[in-house]
Amino acid sequence: MQIFPCPFCGPREEHEFLFAAEAGKVRPEPAAKVSDEEWAAYLYHNDAPKGIAREIWYHQTCGTYFLMTRDTVTRDVKDSRFLSEAST
Amino acid sequence: MSGWRHPDLGQAVDRSRILRFSFDGAAVEGFAGDTLASALLASGTRILGRSFKYHRPRGLMAMGAAEPNAVFDVTLDGRTIPNQRATLTPLLDGMQVRSVNTAGSAGRDPLGALDLLHHFLPAGFYYKTFMAMGWMRWEPMIRRMAGLGRVNANWHPPADVETMNAAPQVLVIGAGPAGLAAAKAAAESGSRVWLIEETCALGGTLRWRGGQIDGADWTVFRDATLAAIEAAGGRVLTDTTLWGAFDHGLFTAWQRRSDAPDIHWRLRPSRTILAAGAIERPMWFSGNDLPGVMGAEAALHHLVLHGAVAGRRIILATAGDGAYPVAGALCAAGAEVTIADARHVTPDAPEGVHLLRGTRIEAATGHGAVRRAVLDHKALDADTVLMAGGWTPSVQLHCQAGGKLDWDQTRDALVPRPGTSAVTTVGAANARYGLSEALAEGHAASGGSGPAPRPTVETGWSYAPLRPDCTLKGRVWIDMQNDVTLKDVAVAAREGYTSVEHLKRFTTLGMATDQGRTSNFAGLSAMAALTGRTIPETGTTTFRPPVQPVPLAVIGGRRRGALFNPPRRLMLEGAHKAAGARFREYGGWLRPAVYGTGDEAALALEEAQVARATAGLYDASPLGKIEILGPRAAELLDFTGYVRMSTLTQGRARYGLMLSETGIVYDDGVVLRLADDHFVLSASSSHVAGVIQKLEDARQDRFGSDGVVIIDRTAYWSTLSLTGPAARSVLNRAGLPDHGLPHMSVAETESDCVPLRIARISFTGDRSYEISVPAQQAAAFEARLVHALEAEGGRRIGLEAVMLLRAEKGYILVGKDTDGVTMPHDLGWTAPRERRTDEFVGKRSLFTAEAGRSDRRQLVGLVAEDDRGALPTGAHVVAPAGMRRSQGFVTSSGPAPGAGGSHALAMIEGGLSRMGEVIRIFHLGDIRHARIAPACLFDPVGGRLDG
Repeated sequence: MQIFPCPFCGPREEHEFLFAAEAGKVRPEPAAKVSDEEWAAYLYHNDAPKGIAREIWYHQTCGTYFLMTRDTVTRDVKDSRFLSEAST
Repeated sequence: MSGWRHPDLGQAVDRSRILRFSFDGAAVEGFAGDTLASALLASGTRILGRSFKYHRPRGLMAMGAAEPNAVFDVTLDGRTIPNQRATLTPLLDGMQVRSVNTAGSAGRDPLGALDLLHHFLPAGFYYKTFMAMGWMRWEPMIRRMAGLGRVNANWHPPADVETMNAAPQVLVIGAGPAGLAAAKAAAESGSRVWLIEETCALGGTLRWRGGQIDGADWTVFRDATLAAIEAAGGRVLTDTTLWGAFDHGLFTAWQRRSDAPDIHWRLRPSRTILAAGAIERPMWFSGNDLPGVMGAEAALHHLVLHGAVAGRRIILATAGDGAYPVAGALCAAGAEVTIADARHVTPDAPEGVHLLRGTRIEAATGHGAVRRAVLDHKALDADTVLMAGGWTPSVQLHCQAGGKLDWDQTRDALVPRPGTSAVTTVGAANARYGLSEALAEGHAASGGSGPAPRPTVETGWSYAPLRPDCTLKGRVWIDMQNDVTLKDVAVAAREGYTSVEHLKRFTTLGMATDQGRTSNFAGLSAMAALTGRTIPETGTTTFRPPVQPVPLAVIGGRRRGALFNPPRRLMLEGAHKAAGARFREYGGWLRPAVYGTGDEAALALEEAQVARATAGLYDASPLGKIEILGPRAAELLDFTGYVRMSTLTQGRARYGLMLSETGIVYDDGVVLRLADDHFVLSASSSHVAGVIQKLEDARQDRFGSDGVVIIDRTAYWSTLSLTGPAARSVLNRAGLPDHGLPHMSVAETESDCVPLRIARISFTGDRSYEISVPAQQAAAFEARLVHALEAEGGRRIGLEAVMLLRAEKGYILVGKDTDGVTMPHDLGWTAPRERRTDEFVGKRSLFTAEAGRSDRRQLVGLVAEDDRGALPTGAHVVAPAGMRRSQGFVTSSGPAPGAGGSHALAMIEGGLSRMGEVIRIFHLGDIRHARIAPACLFDPVGGRLDG
């Protein structure tokens, strides 16, 4: 059972969280100018890196979305911050 | 009959308390303090079970968690617990003990004849033989013949195991010498130490080997450790198995208690010290599985603690110094002992013990039990053969915690590689077998100050490495519990299963409930020899939790039955109950299904008919009440919804959909605009959390959290929905203002100082009022409303009636009438898709080639062509003629309370352009015909909404 640090609540057990998306994806808009390929990439194409990953997670109990940087191999959590504090 | 009870020895048993139990129906006696294993050993019972595959007789071989054979179904006070390990089960008066894997009793098992067929049953036999004609045909028979204990399917263990969390500063696993030294040093430096011990007492090998530490009996050292732990606020848990190491430093432990329910511990220590000890290796000779062949350390353990002596004529085979005190103790107890030491240079024989130097054991023979041992081609009479083949460190938890192993040549063992896991391993678990080095390592691991505790006399532990000899004749057993022989390893190597992971799966080596404690090393060292590789090259299999079998009831804890997934309860549950409601769970809420007694379908129809004729009242409190506030509230709702809400005027309501980015309908609901910057979104009862998640996603990611907030007020309000042609009269009679509200509008008002929100929203097709009242004041308000309702000829209606009312109107339930591919235009709602020029969630997905297909499943109504009642929900729709391919399915169906007859909703390929077409409904072999019709059957013009 991993422990994730919610920037609002502090460290909590992983079952309180939901994965939302890989960080850094920009929603392509407006719809009329977005190709099928671009849209499919936005919805479905993920890097799923082995090693350091930057991900958006949702803390269900307080409703906070946040950016978490973690190592998918060692499971070490490197950093977690509010979206408003994230650079991208 | 070879084991016997010594008249004096046995420090753990209380001879004044005799306990009576039965084994396979025979009466047996033991003492308080015995384990099942020691009591049976002392009683002389030799055959304690049958082997898994060949049904060979098996006896007690080991102690503690390592025991592969003595596994029993134990019944006490009417409850049977299967597969109890005899070595870890304290004896209780009245236990009925049954051996496992037996067709009769352990002593007489007709399936024992299977053993004669062993030439035809090598490893992989099942995979090869029974696949050919279909495994399913053979499986029931094979399962009857194998498979350990029998579960009583009618008995449900109580859900009474508490899950407890704790965060000790230091967790010490194992209370042998190394564990005690580590715990003492840590506690003395002020740390809160939790010391976990699997058996019933502290001390580990000190309990049966004894010894002096720092000049006093070891028990003084133990008591000082206990005092130090207590003084520092720590805890000591005995009878507790630490069975798993998980991510981010979580450890789980199962505490067994005799006077209270067990406890499931979840421990998050700051530091962990593993002092789990080592398992004595067996030796590998022909017939090494016969009852009467036992580990030497186990024999000493049972002798000293329980006075249970393994036999009278004992051969002790070894290549190490550690077994010499065992021989001395057994000899002193009155047995005739011969040591067969494979080494030429050995310590002196203890007094009275016969020593054969440079002698290897080749076989044990006998029918059903040991009668002779063959030493260097010479047969010697013996009733017991003890094996001391060296040690295998218990490193499971280090490996589960992510640790790696190194091969230690001098200690002939795989030991934890320092720094590869967060666990520090000390003592015998780290191959530090000597008492002084174990104490010193434990002391050092806790950063103990001052000199480490020292034993007065050092014990000798050196041993010469022994390996399975693949050239030996006869059947040499490696894994007793899963019946794997040395030949099976050779078969696996020959067939190419040379990786240890493949070896394990092909032969089932180490896959039994003892997790290969006594067998894994033999398997991997044999494979190494057969393939000409070293042991580190061969490697080990992956260690996974649990370290030891744990009852599922312990892990499940209290989260079973009513507490598995408790539903939410209505504030007005009492009032509904008093009115005769029958409750059922709807989307996580316990709600009235119908009121009264009798056939539910008939009651539901009756309630719905009253609602159509006069008025009905139902509790709609679970409907989401999500408030969206702030200057950018309208903008947020426009982006997250399929329908624009910024164009909604104050005091009005609008029905909308919420899509996912894939364009799929996620939820539907009505949005009320209370003020320019204040909206209330009524999400479906079961989607509230999900809708908030989507709203927060947009708010925090797209709006930067500024200008809009989202508050869930679902629990604050109780909501009552009043529906029917007499709804307005009921309201008037109750003295409540109607405010002349038109359909799809909302007013905030109050009555007798009770704040109310009244909305003209209809889920039934009749004039309806959704009245929200603060939950604390709901009971009195509801009573007043019901009084007026009944005076007007109306009544309470349950959810089943509401389902009938909404279905004949074609009002959907998202998730019932829609599925994971339904888009808004599949429901016939095309305008926003065609006209909206602004951006909204899911928009782009509505314009893919897939979204544009004309044969998408679309929502329609169905009218049966026959008079055989409602169409079956879930039935498949197939083409009028030709191929029987599913073109869709019935999503909702039932009697039509307003229109009469029956009505169904269905998702059908291209359904919206197939009005009037007669299709076939296929269900459980039955075929019925139905006509495709508009989803709305009742009052299609909508006149009754303002009726």
